Amino acid sequence: MTSPTTTQDRLNPEPEAEELTGAEIVVRALRDEGVEFIFGYPGGAVLYIYDKLEQQDAVKHILVRHEQAAVHAADAYSRVTGKVGVALVTSGPGATNAVTGIATAYMDSIPMVIITGQVPVALIGNDAFQEVDTVGITRPCTKHNFLVKDVRDLASTLKTAFYLAASGRPGPVLVDIPKDVTSHKTPYHYPEKVVLRSYKPTVKGHPGQVRKAMQLITSAQRPMFYTGGGIVLGNASEALRTLVRALRAPITNTLMGLGAYPASDRQFLGMLGMHGTYEANMAVQHCDVLVALGARFDDRVTGNLAKFAPHARIVHVDVDPSSISKNVRVDVPIVGDLQQVLREMNQLLAESDQGNDPQAMRAWWAQIEEWRQRDCLCYVQDERIIKPQFVMQKLFELTGGEAIVTSDVGQHQMWAAQFYGFDRPRRWINSGGLGTMGFGLPAAMGAQVAEPDSTVVCVTGDGSIQMNIQELSTCLQYHLPVKVACLNNHYLGMVRQWQEFFYENRYAMSYVDALPDFVKLAEAYGHVGLRADTPADVEPVIREALRLKDRMVFMDFQVDPAENVYPMVPAGAALSDMILV
Amino acid sequence: MRRIISILLENEAGALSRVAGLFSARGYNIEAMTVAPTHDPGISRMTVVTRGSEEIMEQVLKQLNKLVEVIRVHDLTEGPHIERELMLIKVHAVGPDREEVKRLSDIFRGRIIDVTDRSYTIELTGTGEKLDAFIHALDPGMVIEVVRSGASAISRGAKSI
Ligand SMILES: Cc1cc2nc3c(=O)[nH]c(=O)nc-3n(C[C@H](O)[C@H](O)[C@H](O)COP(=O)(O)OP(=O)(O)OC[C@H]3O[C@@H](n4cnc5c(N)ncnc54)[C@H](O)[C@@H]3O)c2cc1C
Ligand SMILES: Cc1ncc(C[n+]2csc(CCOP(=O)(O)OP(=O)(O)O)c2C)c(N)n1
Ligand SMILES: [Mg+2]
Repeated sequence: MTSPTTTQDRLNPEPEAEELTGAEIVVRALRDEGVEFIFGYPGGAVLYIYDKLEQQDAVKHILVRHEQAAVHAADAYSRVTGKVGVALVTSGPGATNAVTGIATAYMDSIPMVIITGQVPVALIGNDAFQEVDTVGITRPCTKHNFLVKDVRDLASTLKTAFYLAASGRPGPVLVDIPKDVTSHKTPYHYPEKVVLRSYKPTVKGHPGQVRKAMQLITSAQRPMFYTGGGIVLGNASEALRTLVRALRAPITNTLMGLGAYPASDRQFLGMLGMHGTYEANMAVQHCDVLVALGARFDDRVTGNLAKFAPHARIVHVDVDPSSISKNVRVDVPIVGDLQQVLREMNQLLAESDQGNDPQAMRAWWAQIEEWRQRDCLCYVQDERIIKPQFVMQKLFELTGGEAIVTSDVGQHQMWAAQFYGFDRPRRWINSGGLGTMGFGLPAAMGAQVAEPDSTVVCVTGDGSIQMNIQELSTCLQYHLPVKVACLNNHYLGMVRQWQEFFYENRYAMSYVDALPDFVKLAEAYGHVGLRADTPADVEPVIREALRLKDRMVFMDFQVDPAENVYPMVPAGAALSDMILV
Repeated sequence: MRRIISILLENEAGALSRVAGLFSARGYNIEAMTVAPTHDPGISRMTVVTRGSEEIMEQVLKQLNKLVEVIRVHDLTEGPHIERELMLIKVHAVGPDREEVKRLSDIFRGRIIDVTDRSYTIELTGTGEKLDAFIHALDPGMVIEVVRSGASAISRGAKSI
């Protein structure tokens, strides 16, 4: 699309506005947005921008080794800080390499601005060198995108991009800038505000609906909270805690919502869904009122839709109307921002004398405790072979639960989610919606840039780590002391598990032969490599890695290749039909 | 169920492909789609004829509303509305058929807008069903070429969508 500037804006720039080139405008706009770090990779179409970046130091640029990593790093930077993440890549292959990162951020609703270079305006559509239809390619995996054909539209387009990325349901917004636009000049005027007649997210929940929801919740015999990434994205954890504690209700989080409610709290039942806990899934299946907050009823969560929460009346709060009643029909829909809606709910609760029937709640909790007794995550650690769960548990203990944990995709991701209890939001960084292998290491870099003094651990697998291993070089260049914990099972373990359960043990292409020596590989990149071969090695290796505060350390844990993630709800089964250990 | 959806959107390059892309990406069906600027040149109006269950239509409307360039979405089939489609149809018209085609065109309130010694081109507006009926009334061998605009539709009464 063209940019949202009106002719009016063009004719009346600020009287004393400075004349800047497009490249200068990009850099200045980033600064005016308060952007401290961007992640990127240069190329012909963005050289003017790089040239201007080089001549200032308000906006710092981190040079990655692959554009996918730039986007993942910027994405994780956003997930940790809550700010808009920014990535900068060149046209053609730079843009296509970025697409996996953009789609990852899109699926998890992460606010980002991606700036791509484009061939000069006159060459667009000409099959020019390093030309791709970036706007066309990224249309389905961005919240919105722009091609800026006139330098006079650049500042306002960037402003709009940041606004769109962060407001309503957040998401990545891409701005494609032809090279000649970055060299043309125009007076710089960065708009204070954006008003779009076609885009007005609903923030305040409908008061009548909020009241109705609270009536339903407080009259429940067996209430259950199911909350997701929306609590994290909306910075609504505090308000959530207040409400759930006041109600003494049980609560579960989705994979994306972990940390939004403290894992160490008794009311927390663990994650729900395909690899959720027995108690969380059973409580969802047996509750009479389900309160879904910023969660989108993903198929990994609901299992068989027809059998999902069969006894429940459902309250659903989401800022995106299209998330509501998409998969599961709900009884009390509320469109709004969670921080606001939860504040109103807390207020209503404080003002009223409504409350759940104590006797019913006692019975409900007794039932839940019985499910909890099942101890669905138990495993046996002998002295011979390392259990991956044991590594996660030790990692949790030895970091005091205080690390930022990023993850790749596979079994290791599920074990991290199950065994590392997060008490705060924005500490668990993973690709849930797209499930992108290769996310973990660049994400750890972004997290480490955001919080240089925090311990950042990337939990990964022997398969996933090889999808962005080149970033070890970036870690060296910027002294990012990321700790990689590789649960090395010599398998694409998650695939192997499915093959064991559903394809009669035919392990087609899931065995990873010819793995590199990760210890030597880490050393070759200038880092420290440590290997744990036996259970007794696990604690010393983690301790040593944490002791080396300023070094990037690669921990290679040789874990049981045959271990499976339990519980597991087979795809298409009801949530209560779990395969248990 | 058949639905006619009216969409007001920013008249900008790419807006149309966003709507079309949404329908194809989400597997929604499109029977027809028309678009042109309104009396406000900054705004285009699109009419989409689609089919789907209640649940699917709810999602279609929500997803359309989510597109940043979409200003307003309205399901016209929810209330009384008028639907029109334009057809230009070129038919063989020789010998006795010439009179027959002209008579048929009159019955359907068509207008003959181009004539050769072997053919007529007829302009016809109406609901899709009426246009279908006209085509069926002709001997299939007579039709040379058909172009249809897809439906345009507007609600009855004094209000706009
Ligand atoms: C190997 C693998 C296994 C998985 N297994 C599981 C599993 O067992 N359990 C599980 O839970 N997931 C699992 N997932 C993740 C799953 O695929 C989904 O990504 C996840 O369930 C979605 O989480 P969510 O519902 O919290 O939604 P998110 O994707 O986090 O979406 C957030 C929702 O909140 C809304 N929102 C955003 N901001 C606000 C705001 N300010 N106010 C109100 N609403 C807002 C958004 O509109 C959206 O609807 C797995 C993924 C992988 C890769
Ligand atoms: C880019 C990408 N390709 C393929 C997949 C499918 N996939 C999901 S998990 C997995 C195996 C991951 O193996 P590894 O990183 O070793 O983790 P493990 O399951 O063994 O812990 C694969 C191939 C994916 N999620 N992402
Ligand atoms: Mg593996």
